[in-house]
Amino acid sequence: MSSKTLYDKLWDSHLVRQDEAGTALIYIDRHLIHEVTSPQAFEGLRLAGRKPWRTDSILAVPDHNVPTTDRSLGIADPISRLQVETLDQNCAELGITEFLMNDPRQGIVHVIGPEQGATLPGMTVVCGDSHTSTHGAFGALAFGIGTSDVEHVLATQCLILKKSKNLEIRVDGQLAAGVSAKDVVLAIIGRIGTAGGTGSAIEFTGTTLRAMSMEGRMTVCNMAIEAGARAGMVAVDDTTINYLGGRPYAPKGELLDRAIESWRALHSDPDARFARSVTLDAGLVLPQVTWGTSPEMVSAINEVVPDPDDEADSVKRDGMRRALDYMDLKPGTAITDIHPDHVFIGSCTNARIEDLRAAAAAIRGRKVAAGIKQALVVPGSGLVKRQAETEGLDKLFKDAGFEWREPGCSMCLAMNADRLAPGDRCASTSNRNFEGRQGQGGRTHLVSPAMAAAAAVTGHFTDICQEQG
Amino acid sequence: MEKFDKHHGVVMPLDRHNVDTDAIIPKQFLKSIKRSGFGHNLFDEWRYHDHGEPGMDPGSREKNLDFVLNHPRYQDATILLGRHNFGCGSSREHAVWALMDHGFRVVIAPSFADIFFNNALKNGLLPIVLDEDDIDQLFTAVLETPGYRIRVDLPAQQISLPNRHTIHFDIDPFHKDCQIRGLDDIDLTLQHAAEIRSFEEKRRLTAPWLFNNQN
Ligand code: SF4
Repeated sequence: MSSKTLYDKLWDSHLVRQDEAGTALIYIDRHLIHEVTSPQAFEGLRLAGRKPWRTDSILAVPDHNVPTTDRSLGIADPISRLQVETLDQNCAELGITEFLMNDPRQGIVHVIGPEQGATLPGMTVVCGDSHTSTHGAFGALAFGIGTSDVEHVLATQCLILKKSKNLEIRVDGQLAAGVSAKDVVLAIIGRIGTAGGTGSAIEFTGTTLRAMSMEGRMTVCNMAIEAGARAGMVAVDDTTINYLGGRPYAPKGELLDRAIESWRALHSDPDARFARSVTLDAGLVLPQVTWGTSPEMVSAINEVVPDPDDEADSVKRDGMRRALDYMDLKPGTAITDIHPDHVFIGSCTNARIEDLRAAAAAIRGRKVAAGIKQALVVPGSGLVKRQAETEGLDKLFKDAGFEWREPGCSMCLAMNADRLAPGDRCASTSNRNFEGRQGQGGRTHLVSPAMAAAAAVTGHFTDICQEQG
Repeated sequence: MEKFDKHHGVVMPLDRHNVDTDAIIPKQFLKSIKRSGFGHNLFDEWRYHDHGEPGMDPGSREKNLDFVLNHPRYQDATILLGRHNFGCGSSREHAVWALMDHGFRVVIAPSFADIFFNNALKNGLLPIVLDEDDIDQLFTAVLETPGYRIRVDLPAQQISLPNRHTIHFDIDPFHKDCQIRGLDDIDLTLQHAAEIRSFEEKRRLTAPWLFNNQN
């Protein structure tokens, strides 16, 4: 038998059928649902008189629209409320498990799937959300889909797909103190561009990935989509297996032993071939800060904002000019001279317990700087929040001047009340710095949790490696 | 799904790389639980000077006359000409619904983000990938010629330009057939229901933990 990549193995084990042209029917094990991209799918299902194929494969949670402040009064915005109520109704009617807004397990869909053990190695995981790539950290094939495909999975438990190309991104070496998974993935995107992974499934390999925690791997896979790839994945090892033990939806006892045996095969064979491989030396990665309106517009902390005049491609040059204009930045400005006035620590990229610990550590007893109008910490789930409170992190944040909120997507996309005003400049641990993403006219700089916390207490982007060194 | 066969229409150029779905339809409009009504908010933040919220009367809003969608010569445009990585970012199908609601039937670009490409095909918005050179020439022609129209012939996989030149484009045969016949792919898949069921049963035996949803 020929050698296979991890992606090949996952693909082959879910292939129901394939026609001569390569169009395949792929079986879906886990379907995650949230309130924004599902209502039209449920409506379509109903109009066609169809029923969900397998409701026990579905886990639903409201996360995009939920308030992160006191929830006892419900959702103030009537349109947001209707959307969440529509999810509640659809799930109740069809017998789908949903963690309701006030359930202690509620949180961002990509945080709670793994946290509950609902994401397992060897699964296909889909969700009407592009950051579904996050779940690939478990050696799963996980990717985002549109609403029509949400309906398709509801109705058939399958998707019609064409196989992607295999892209390996290999990161070897040890990260400097203060450099995190977020910096690694931003550096990768800076290198290959936001379309670098288009048409590919990325497997992240190398000693740096092997040394990363599951939280770190999830951060990296989360942003595979920002590198253009629908799916990012990491092979299974002890770290994966240890993370899963005891989680509510994970198998237990004898079933777990059997599962582990099969999970051990979820890696690329030693001589498997990738269509393309890119390598990165982890030792050279410094803390990253985006300066533009696309995640590929990124610099290291010791660099300056680049000059569009140095760009040869005219469309790219115009894009850089437009981005700098939108961001109100001048070429040549030192990254450390950029002063955010908002700090957002949250999102499915960086709102897990390890992220909150890293941010808390970077505060080092200091207070939020005078120029910061708002500093938010939004845990990724109710359970992350509770864990952080057990460790006293909430107090650390609050004493420093941060607001400690209820879990949800919050200012990552500003669909609820948490948003930037025009001209606001935010150090954000989220994944997209697109125009208007965090509020119309808002300016986003993507950074790691430690970098965001350091910016909050110093008032500008700071080289935390130097500080720690 | 709307059928797509042949289409003749005015081309609107959008000369930017990485046009993301947040720009195509901003998040506040995603609160709708419907599939229609997004057209007035297509490119909302580029198209209007004021901040848009759901339910606002588009007629009372201040238009950004510099934005290409507001140029009089592109008012009837049904074909959007874009640049690299069109439709990147969020998986929101609302982006496709907004483009179609506004009247677009075709998007031509040198590359598309995977999810957007797929979403477009699911709705009968035809995404066409062309070489960079062809794209550059189309941009030049559109900018030079007011009312520039082209003919897209899906069965022949051909674009005909006013100067009688033609450009061939590729499309996967499965998608081509679905577009031309306006097929519902759920129906197509359900024709294989027995195969899906037998796959599922086998999987239940080999990986029972995937079917054990107890917590
Ligand atoms: S946190 Fe942000 S990126 Fe993640 S699912 Fe929510 S809105 Fe999407």
